[in-house]
Amino acid sequence: MSEVSRREFIKVTTGIVGGIIGAVIGLPTVYYLIDPALREGAKEAWIPIGKLEHMEIGKPYPFSFTRVQVNGWERTSTSHGGFVTRNSEAPDDLFILNSKCTHLACTVNWSDNDQVYLCPCHDAKFGRQGEVLDGPPPRPLDRFDEFRVTEDGTLEIFYKEG
Amino acid sequence: MWKKIFDWLDERLGLNDIYKNLLDRPEPRGNWWNTLGSASLFLFVLQGLTGIFLTVYYTPSPDHAYDSIQYIMEGVAFGWLIRGIHHWGASLMVIVVFIHMLRVFVTASYKYPRELTWLIGVGLLLATIGMGFTGYLLPWNQRAYWATTVGTQIAGSVPFIGEFILKALRGGPDLSALTLQRFFSGHIWMIPAILAALIGVHLFLIIKHGESHFPTRED
Repeated sequence: MSEVSRREFIKVTTGIVGGIIGAVIGLPTVYYLIDPALREGAKEAWIPIGKLEHMEIGKPYPFSFTRVQVNGWERTSTSHGGFVTRNSEAPDDLFILNSKCTHLACTVNWSDNDQVYLCPCHDAKFGRQGEVLDGPPPRPLDRFDEFRVTEDGTLEIFYKEG
Repeated sequence: MWKKIFDWLDERLGLNDIYKNLLDRPEPRGNWWNTLGSASLFLFVLQGLTGIFLTVYYTPSPDHAYDSIQYIMEGVAFGWLIRGIHHWGASLMVIVVFIHMLRVFVTASYKYPRELTWLIGVGLLLATIGMGFTGYLLPWNQRAYWATTVGTQIAGSVPFIGEFILKALRGGPDLSALTLQRFFSGHIWMIPAILAALIGVHLFLIIKHGESHFPTRED
């Protein structure tokens, strides 16, 4: 084995120790910086909205749910809702409207007297199928198209962010 | 290949000269006490780096400061490590800088021609303590709040201009969002700028004078 000079030894040791310190601090730091990018937000989910047996055929059944978005230390919750209308006894013979008005996103209500959805903000009226009858909305009410009925008869909708 | 690149750069930048003058300069026969200055410099760089990384998540506002630090400690990967290093490094830096000063005092290294190095060192010590004082408020917890309340009150006990100093420190008569913001600004911009500038002069003087010999019986 060749002789290592004192100077050489110090150089190598300093390099190694420095490298270890750099790696111990440097690698976690990279992870620290990119951590938020590695998280998966719950952007979509199956949401149970009620037992099918409780929903009268032909009568809009209102439901609502809340989604919580966590950004860092801040939690934002948003409310969503809609109406289920069953056309017949068949479990999948139904349609689900989003109760968010397509004009300025107020929540519409079903009026049993007038048999229309009324928006409280600008007096918009939507028909049973969500079609625009009156007022400023540019398009019919949105629908939750993806839904399923579980084995115990619970209706679930597929919710997707945005 | 690398040698060629290095030679090209060296010819234009004088890398070898810089190395020789900065790191390969002759030293008196020293001991470990002589390394405290370098240790202080290392801690300064470490505090600077971890501090920069902390600002990625830290939010200097009364609404968010506490929560953002909770998030750093529990929510972010290795946030506890970065803040831990910054937290303990701060205490360590004050201690190391102080012992460094004691060493210089004991070995009488502050004498001619190094008086200015000493005076600048005094500035560095004060700036380091200033970093500790301003940084202490940033977590915005009870301890931070009341420590700063008391600390600024002490500064406010100066005769005649005390009230002015207190208001200048707090950004008003009370501790508020303004206090947090100006302490943050001081902590990450003003005092570090002063520290870096003073360190530059301090190092220049050390390289210019070389390090002092320990005094002998004849001195």
